[in-house]
Amino acid sequence: MTALVLRELRLAFSGGAAMLPLVFFLLVATLFPFAVGPDGALLARTGGGALWMAALLAALLPVDRLVEPDRASGVLDQLSLRGHSEEAIALAKLVAHWLAFGPPLMLAALPAAALMKLPAEILLRLELGLLIGTPGLAALTLGVAALTAGLRRSGALAGLLILPLAVPLLIFGAGYVERGNDAGALQLLGAASLLLLAGAPFAAGAAIRAGRD
Amino acid sequence: MSLLVFDGVACRRGGRLLFEGLSLTLAPGEAAIVSGPNGVGKSSLIRLAAGLLRPASGNVGRAQAALADEHLALDERQRLDRALAFWVADGTAALGAMGLAALAHLPVRMLSTGQRKRAALARVIASEAPLWLLDEPANGLDRDGLDRLEAAMAGHRAGGGAILAASHQPLALAGAQAVRLG
Repeated sequence: MTALVLRELRLAFSGGAAMLPLVFFLLVATLFPFAVGPDGALLARTGGGALWMAALLAALLPVDRLVEPDRASGVLDQLSLRGHSEEAIALAKLVAHWLAFGPPLMLAALPAAALMKLPAEILLRLELGLLIGTPGLAALTLGVAALTAGLRRSGALAGLLILPLAVPLLIFGAGYVERGNDAGALQLLGAASLLLLAGAPFAAGAAIRAGRD
Repeated sequence: MSLLVFDGVACRRGGRLLFEGLSLTLAPGEAAIVSGPNGVGKSSLIRLAAGLLRPASGNVGRAQAALADEHLALDERQRLDRALAFWVADGTAALGAMGLAALAHLPVRMLSTGQRKRAALARVIASEAPLWLLDEPANGLDRDGLDRLEAAMAGHRAGGGAILAASHQPLALAGAQAVRLG
């Protein structure tokens, strides 16, 4: 299990693949002030929501490298032959994917918040929301990656599957950034994230098994 | 104690019945060669034996197995010896047995078709699994590679292992059961 997680992390960082969502996230943060203009107050009010949206879109990018290469090269078969259940494989991939996606994204949120002129209090809420929400995003990406493995041009389909399911994360994440926790947005964000986290290994495991027939 | 048991196994793929009522037992030291025309279910039989497919009816029982099929399952960007080390404790002897010792430091993506086949077989040889499942093991191998494969298979059986191979090419497996599909 540990070996699996380490292998996934090596694959994510060795080719620079894990950097792609970060660069994308920062690019959106750079472009947004160009689009709405240099009004500091407006940026500070809308910036948190925009960064949540950027995080959501950045979560789409790794979908084609999470499961499909291992399926095509027979790695999933060999792991299964060595007695690893598909669910355990999916869980290892989930842990590694979050480690390569969540904390770096939280780091990238610091310069992004500076570009948006977000006040410290908003930035703190954004970071806390990302800490709670990115595991759910990572789980969603992994589940959809397993579902669409083996399909050709699965990228567009993956987007169609991920984005609607990520709406609760976006609503509660952006809501918490904007208005604070007076309506329990943080708890609801945690609930949505946990639901995705709990379901993803089983859905991905079943998808990997079904993909063999 | 048998290493592989097929008991009245039927295989159905995509709604089509490939074969049914197949029974087969491999004890330590035994081997079987599956033959038949393309599309008759040889690879499916190997995957059934590996537990990667479920039989439509009947039962499959197996000991710890190692599989070499058309997929190499080694990380393309890594050196061959390190990629192999993800799967097996010590692959040095197996790389030597398949004549790959001089290529151990090359990245996997640089290997030729025949060398990739040798690497997949080296993974099986180093696995220490008692049951070898080989899908077209001779594909892409030259004469030297074939000799090394046959020597490794003979050594494995002498050590109490069993082999199930699907092959078009004639393989030297003395006293092997012939499983003819189609």
